[in-house]
Amino acid sequence: MTVTELEKKAATLRLDIVKMVGVGQKGHLGGSCSLSEIVSVLYFYKMKHDPKNPKWADRDRFILSKGHAALIQYAALAESGYFPKSEIENVKKLGSILQGHPDMTLTPGIEGNTGSLGQGLSMACGMAAGLKLDKKTNKVYCIVGDGEIAEGQIWEAAMAASFYKLDNLVVFVDKNRLQAMGPVVERYDTNPVATKWQAFGWHVTETDGHNIKEIIEVLDKVDKITGKPKVIIAHTVKGKGISFAENVVAFHNGELTKEQFETACSGLEN
Amino acid sequence: MRLQNQRQVYGETLLELGRNNNNIVVLEADLGKSTMTVLFEQEFPDRFFEMGIGEANMTSFAAGLSLTGKVAFTNSFAVFATGRSFDQIRQGICISGLNVKIVGSSAGLSDFGDGATHQSVEDIAIMRAIPNMTVLAPADGTETIKMIRKIADYNGPVYIRLNRHDLPDVFPEDQEFVIGKPYMLRDGKDIVVYGNGIMVSKALMAAEEMEKKGISVRVVNVSSLKPVDEAEIKRLAQNMKGVVTAEEHSVIGGLASVITFSLRGSGIPFRHVAIEDQFGMSAHNYDELLEEYKLTSDNIINAINSILLYFER
Repeated sequence: MTVTELEKKAATLRLDIVKMVGVGQKGHLGGSCSLSEIVSVLYFYKMKHDPKNPKWADRDRFILSKGHAALIQYAALAESGYFPKSEIENVKKLGSILQGHPDMTLTPGIEGNTGSLGQGLSMACGMAAGLKLDKKTNKVYCIVGDGEIAEGQIWEAAMAASFYKLDNLVVFVDKNRLQAMGPVVERYDTNPVATKWQAFGWHVTETDGHNIKEIIEVLDKVDKITGKPKVIIAHTVKGKGISFAENVVAFHNGELTKEQFETACSGLEN
Repeated sequence: MRLQNQRQVYGETLLELGRNNNNIVVLEADLGKSTMTVLFEQEFPDRFFEMGIGEANMTSFAAGLSLTGKVAFTNSFAVFATGRSFDQIRQGICISGLNVKIVGSSAGLSDFGDGATHQSVEDIAIMRAIPNMTVLAPADGTETIKMIRKIADYNGPVYIRLNRHDLPDVFPEDQEFVIGKPYMLRDGKDIVVYGNGIMVSKALMAAEEMEKKGISVRVVNVSSLKPVDEAEIKRLAQNMKGVVTAEEHSVIGGLASVITFSLRGSGIPFRHVAIEDQFGMSAHNYDELLEEYKLTSDNIINAINSILLYFER
């Protein structure tokens, strides 16, 4: 897929996120939109996966440690064809296969249950270690939030990943700079981020998390790094692509009015 | 009676399983010489993961390993395996029903010297409360071996608690272990004692003493606390004058809860030999601590007598 096509994919996923949030219902809009480009690149360029065979042994794995951004993963899975696109209308409805947080027992393509923050990275590490034991070359991709890394378990996992030289693990930090209650730097500063990961023995790079070309380059580049796990600090905008929601804390888990919903949709359809 | 150490036979069984199944992986939080996973580590260093003193990460890491088809055994003292990792067990393992075995070593008061911080009085209660979880407490070494072999073949989360000390053998060598099944180890017609862990051998001693006084005591080993065959629990209490439960665990949420719930509405009198709603404490030896917490065969005899007295009045 070309950069232009991936940009279009990202816009499609964003529109699906808006549709899933809908009108008058709470939804994690901001932290899902900040991941649209990264997730598009992973699902439609980088990862080996087969929507017709979600348990394919040679697939790459994806764990959304910041599980509250499930909407972006649902959008990518639906767009890939893991389930009919019409399912996204049922998100969070009673009995739906699309829960408020990822559930591997209900949603095809979900690799692990996340939502209690800080745990997904450890799971991704365990997967990477398991794949290495089997001498497989598949990779594990994981996304954590810059608010999430306040969880101590993230750093337990960071130590384990470098100790076990999990070079088949690639982690994105979605550095959208906002957590539920406000700016990360004001509420509970997790900075400096890069030096922390470096100190824990990781290969660290940074990227503009909304620049498809840059994300592709950095992902391809870290493939060549061996002997240590890799983290990509992605500078992103919470609510990216939704004019009135960009950098607005209220849209961490907010509701859209009918007017906002229409504005968001028309902005993305163009 | 032959004595066996549950930790020792656990380590040996894990090693035996490792030899027959390449998918067995073992995770440890720096207690391998005590939990006896050191035996597995020596032979299979590649399938052994030292996770440092980090139980939370160990538990979620095990979930990840299980997602690549491994049968993961996590190890720590029972109090840490369940307490420090509760959320990891609940969220990452039990909601999705992953194939992770949580092995709680030095359970109950059996780490007598280390005191309240290291003694687990509520591990069974908190594990039982999690949907999808299987909870086991073997009575001796023989049952431990059978359980470990069984749970390695069972696809789903399991919590098993092990005692630190040598325990008398009570589980029949030729008896198969089935998850959920209560085992009658001695028949009797007056009183039924349901026990697990170290309290099973104490219940058998109590039954022998009572026999001398003409009281016939049935002893049932309830090593599966969840699931448990409720119909079998009910059947084994039929025509009994009363029920005693005996466990090295808080009276809240463990065997006492399992049995009283199973027999709800029966009107049968109960007595509970268990740790009252309190923490453990340090002692110079295990027996001294068991006496302090009223977890002896004499305490079981007293419980039986108090039911009999009730009928004499």
